[in-house]
Amino acid sequence: MNRNLHSLRTERPQRVLLLGSGALKIGQAGEFDYSGSQALKALREDGVKTVLINPNIATVQTSEELADKVYFLPVTPQFVEMVIAKERIDAILLSFGGQTALNCGLDLEASGVLARYGVRVLGTPVASIRAGEDRKIFAQKMGEIGVKVARSIAANSVDEAIHAAHAIGLPVILRGGFSLGGQGSAIVRGEDELRMRVERAFVGNPQVLVEECLSGWKEVEYEVVRDGADNCITVCNMENVDPMGIHTGESIVVAPSQTLSDADYQMLRNLSIRIVRHLGIVGECNVQWALDPHSSEYRVIEMNPRLSRSSALASKATGYPLAYVAAKIALGYDLPMLTNAVTKTTSAFFEPALDYIVCKAPRWDFDKFAGADKRIGTEMKSVGEVMAIGRSFGEVIQKALRMLETGADGLDPEAFAFPDLERELREPSPRRIFAVAKAFAEGMTVDRVHELTAIDRFFLREIEQVVRMRADLAAKGGGLDAITRDEMLAAKRSGFSDRAIARSVKAGERDVRERRRALGVRPRLAQIDTLAAEYPADTNYLYWTYWASNHDVAPSGRRKVLVLGSGCYRIGSSVEFDWSSVGAVLAARGLGLETIMLNCNPETVSTDYDMCDRLVFDEISLESVLELCDAEQPDGTIVSMGGQTPNNLALKLHDAGVRILGTPAASIDRAEDRRKFSALCDELGIDQPQWFEATSQETLARSVEEMGGFPVVVRPSYVLSGAAMRIAHSAPELSEYLRSATTLSPEHPVVISKFESHAREMEFDAVARDGKIVLWCVAEHIEYAGVHSGDATLVLPPQELNVETIRRVRMVGAKLAEALQVTGPFNVQLLCRDNDVKVIECNLRASRSLPFVSKVLGRDFIRAATRMMLGAEPEAAMNADTLFDLGFVAVKAPQFSFGRLSGADPVLGIEMASTGEVACMGDDADEALLKAMLATGFRFPQKGVLLSLGPMGDKYRFADDARALARTGLALYATAGTAEVLRAEGIECQVAGKSEQGTDGADGPDALDLMRSRAVDFVINIPREFDERGRPDGYRIRRAAIDMNIPLVTDFCVARKLVRALVRRGIADLHPRPLGEYRGRAHGR
Amino acid sequence: MQRPATLQLADGTSCAGASFGADRKVAGEVVFCTGLTGYVETLTDPSYRGQILVLTYPLQGNYGVPDGEDARRAMESGRIQVLGLVVSRHCTGPSHHASRSTLGEWLRREGVPAIEGVDTRSLTKHLRAYGTMAGTLDPGTLPLGAAADRVDGDFVKAVAPCETTRHAGSGPLRILVVDTGCKENIVRSLVSRGASVIRAPYHAAWESHLADVDGILLTNGPGDPAELGALSARIRAVLERGIPTFGICLGHQLLAIAAGARTYKLKFGHRSQNQPVLETSTQRAYVTSQNHGYAVDHASLGSDWEPWFVNLNDGTNEGIRHKFRPFRSVQFHPEAAAGPQDTAYLFDDFLHMVGEVKAVRAS
Repeated sequence: MNRNLHSLRTERPQRVLLLGSGALKIGQAGEFDYSGSQALKALREDGVKTVLINPNIATVQTSEELADKVYFLPVTPQFVEMVIAKERIDAILLSFGGQTALNCGLDLEASGVLARYGVRVLGTPVASIRAGEDRKIFAQKMGEIGVKVARSIAANSVDEAIHAAHAIGLPVILRGGFSLGGQGSAIVRGEDELRMRVERAFVGNPQVLVEECLSGWKEVEYEVVRDGADNCITVCNMENVDPMGIHTGESIVVAPSQTLSDADYQMLRNLSIRIVRHLGIVGECNVQWALDPHSSEYRVIEMNPRLSRSSALASKATGYPLAYVAAKIALGYDLPMLTNAVTKTTSAFFEPALDYIVCKAPRWDFDKFAGADKRIGTEMKSVGEVMAIGRSFGEVIQKALRMLETGADGLDPEAFAFPDLERELREPSPRRIFAVAKAFAEGMTVDRVHELTAIDRFFLREIEQVVRMRADLAAKGGGLDAITRDEMLAAKRSGFSDRAIARSVKAGERDVRERRRALGVRPRLAQIDTLAAEYPADTNYLYWTYWASNHDVAPSGRRKVLVLGSGCYRIGSSVEFDWSSVGAVLAARGLGLETIMLNCNPETVSTDYDMCDRLVFDEISLESVLELCDAEQPDGTIVSMGGQTPNNLALKLHDAGVRILGTPAASIDRAEDRRKFSALCDELGIDQPQWFEATSQETLARSVEEMGGFPVVVRPSYVLSGAAMRIAHSAPELSEYLRSATTLSPEHPVVISKFESHAREMEFDAVARDGKIVLWCVAEHIEYAGVHSGDATLVLPPQELNVETIRRVRMVGAKLAEALQVTGPFNVQLLCRDNDVKVIECNLRASRSLPFVSKVLGRDFIRAATRMMLGAEPEAAMNADTLFDLGFVAVKAPQFSFGRLSGADPVLGIEMASTGEVACMGDDADEALLKAMLATGFRFPQKGVLLSLGPMGDKYRFADDARALARTGLALYATAGTAEVLRAEGIECQVAGKSEQGTDGADGPDALDLMRSRAVDFVINIPREFDERGRPDGYRIRRAAIDMNIPLVTDFCVARKLVRALVRRGIADLHPRPLGEYRGRAHGR
Repeated sequence: MQRPATLQLADGTSCAGASFGADRKVAGEVVFCTGLTGYVETLTDPSYRGQILVLTYPLQGNYGVPDGEDARRAMESGRIQVLGLVVSRHCTGPSHHASRSTLGEWLRREGVPAIEGVDTRSLTKHLRAYGTMAGTLDPGTLPLGAAADRVDGDFVKAVAPCETTRHAGSGPLRILVVDTGCKENIVRSLVSRGASVIRAPYHAAWESHLADVDGILLTNGPGDPAELGALSARIRAVLERGIPTFGICLGHQLLAIAAGARTYKLKFGHRSQNQPVLETSTQRAYVTSQNHGYAVDHASLGSDWEPWFVNLNDGTNEGIRHKFRPFRSVQFHPEAAAGPQDTAYLFDDFLHMVGEVKAVRAS
């Protein structure tokens, strides 16, 4: 692999610590699984021992194959130091785990820990990192080399910031230093909002920057690599379709830049290299630019001295393995010594030439958050992204918008309604791109749309052309048969799906597909070869395009399997499905099969070109999969690894003649369709919460009455992570919801079921072959049923379930596996009261909890499932009874990103709200829970706890815990009602006023003041039972805790478990042990 | 109905598309370039004289075409040099503050035919595999059987200027540019560094200026260097006088032949803006812009010469220098345009060398 021109630049380290990024959250997502995994591979190739700290159990990098030791611990200085000491670490990598790892590393360096243990920082030196991170030093450094920065004044107080804003002149941008994903940054246009915005910006930031506003300038990024010998390349540049003013993570982005002349391009490239050299980066970094659309004026915005979301995107957009190369450089290799991993013959010192265009589009999930501000801007709020590859802007933007799976079939002007179109264009929400399409459909001019959006006219004209073509198709008489080959080709080249064409000409998707094929209009598989065909390349990295005249590759004659990936990350479908997809590919390869991976998410490891034999980076849609099956002729297709996206295609693919591996497609439909599933349960004698199908408003009341009254759960079929699910507490609420829900899913009926309160919930995960269970596991939720399973805290092995419950759960699983003829992975969610077990739902696919279960038990469920689906024998080492043999306890906890979503109410409900998860291990449940909570941002309280327990019962049930808390010396504060009960129970506490009620009998300080002064550093706020939104004052306290970054718990069960653990264990009682060490303690092995 | 435009290759391969350039049928060598930006610079590069150019990157014309001062800065000669243009998609609604016309309008104005709708990746692969070959571009707008314009013969002569021109610089050094199709940016690169330039066509009696200059620059240009035997012989004769000499691209090949080396046709020519080269003495690597189909054979260099740069991808020669005397040359384009400007420092180095020699001679 390496060209040994001369020896390494630095001494080879022995034991390298790699810091991961922890749970996925807004601003820091799957891209760091990709970068960390590549780094670990690069180190392992060189024979360096690797230790990884990352509590994110759903990642590929925490799988056993990649690092020598994995610690599921919080990425905080305290735990990292413990691991450094224990593992005798001699070098550390800080730039592969996002801002979390970088900040932690900077802390360790500043406090002298790294020096004390003799730990060398590999790659970019700490001083260079600081120069990139500290905006003041950065601006000064830029001055030294004559690079223009936006005018910026650092302010250390609210008054200073206001003064600075006046000095620069409004509008200005406010930013916090050391922030990830632009947190706490905002454009201030008016005097009236200045003080409020400034105050908010100081929350969690000791320093705020007030900057010149470059809103409307082009935003361009360069990914730069520099080695220890000062060789520099820019791997890729990217241009934001949404100009300055919208965070790059919130922007639609294309690569390479489309509207820069060669002079523009080279000017910014030269400046990027000048910066990187001056700051002394060793490895990879990203430089962001603002470019005036009316001149050659520019400003450098920032430089990220680490792998980033943009570098993951650049890596996938070009085929250049940035993270791998950065890791090799950190080890002391120079770029000319390394080989281009795609061509395998040319040098890694080169700049990829693209012969295609790439488009990234972000995905938001605002609908999950009541009260959240749905406008996008300088703060990152998106939860995932997709990348489309093609050869025209129309082809890629339409593909990308479909990949987001928000219901819009490409650039459809009618996808969403806009009551105030101009406002939507001016003040963007996630739907602005559709508003642009709508504007053109209504005849607005390019110039007017440009005025309102500042989007470059190039992109606008391209969009206008697509919109016009859609209208022309619809206006054309004669239906499908009248479409000529040229028209069909033009439509496909502009990115229209078969389905979109079908809608325009009022035909079926299948009819369009047949007509298109009859006309000889087919997409072709084109290679991404990094050199635009200039040199021969044997690359397996492919995409679909209707612009190519023939396939770049021919199918092999080998036995092969197609694995459908997860698609876009979103709330409810995330890195766990990438882990599953990767596991399936590896297992299939292990059986000697050729593997083809189809996925469209640039934040994934499954889309690394070296994971599979063929990577098709494209849409996971019926059209794309059918064309792929036709071109590649796989022997089977796996739909059960990528979550709901491929699962939803199962039946359609089966009907179109695709061979689905594992569980029959009809069974998948039987499990997904509520009615069919319920009939099945009845047949099998499996109990479920009572339910009925809503058919008319008239019979509603009686049906609910018959079922046992409110509250009820309302849900349509085919749900993903509780979208459109909801609890209704009264008849009016129910009818209101039904009116709005019917627009959500017209194809499927709405089901109403009894909501079981105060019931325990469990996850049953298993693998079966021909209906017989091979592997299984039961994990329990700490929260009561009613909190979405994705937001629940899981404990393994179960701590409070009795053997009889587990036996019954196992029986239910066995019956379902048998009846549905399951071959592969499946998951059942159940609830129980006493030993009475009821099934909530059953998914015949890999589940969110599978990585947790697999890694904790040391049994790879995905590998087993894939082997079963491919007809291989179970491996001898696999036994299903490991559940009782665990010598430790593991807890999986959700990560929320409420801090990013201004206004959102941070409560748990039937809708999933978490963006990620962690899992930690301990000698007992207390230790595992504390570690897991710390890994999601919890901090041990030092001063005071604010209690606000809504439901009356909870107030009393918490009394003993409150007493224990008080004994630890923490000050107790409680809102009036809670205080009354606690005092009645003989517990001393101060009453904290609920701000908006003034001094309504409160004898103590105001709750928000307590938080502001940090007299309170832990808030327990339990919303009143069955009130999803909570009471208004509850909301204020909860939201204030989030905005002030004070640990907040809103679930009663979690609060109680956490307080008990806190009382029993201090931070010194939390021990660092790698997973392997815990596993070594299993009994009877 | 309009007939589709076609590009017909000598081996029978045919690509259909739509015309967006001039109504003119042309025949010439078909070559490709994989650069992402810089069609204005590339189309005006004299080295492409007589060739039908395939731009591999599929979206072309996005930022339009400048005129006036902007055009003078971007263009590498006074006109479009390519004989015809082949792209995947031509942008009819360009957007850039300097844009004054579309790419198509410019091509039509200058009488250059162009075709869009071609799978340029597939065509590039074909040309890479079977070598650049002759082809005919028919815009499909002319009467059937119309004859194709063919620009055969002496491309170098066609692109070299007719007269000697002078370009004043602010500094003391004077450079003779022996023009075989010089890109404007070579002259701009010298003048902006303070050098005064005498730019003489290679076929003129440029030796007459030697007494008035401190250095010589041999420029880029089209075609096979072996066909310019007389010119290499003249260069060999001039080398004897010890005037610092720097060659670029064709100039590099001519210098190498003058030094006794051999050139040969590459299986895959270098036609891109991302060619990595390594300076052998320092092990430093640079990204360069290149456009050539011939290369210098290292092994045939005399013992007084050494390889200076090599291509990191295929190991071919990218530069030579004399071990003791101030003669050196590079295969790539330090003046870039279009492409990365990482090796622009070579102009500084050259002028530094010229200055040193001048100082020694003066003393």
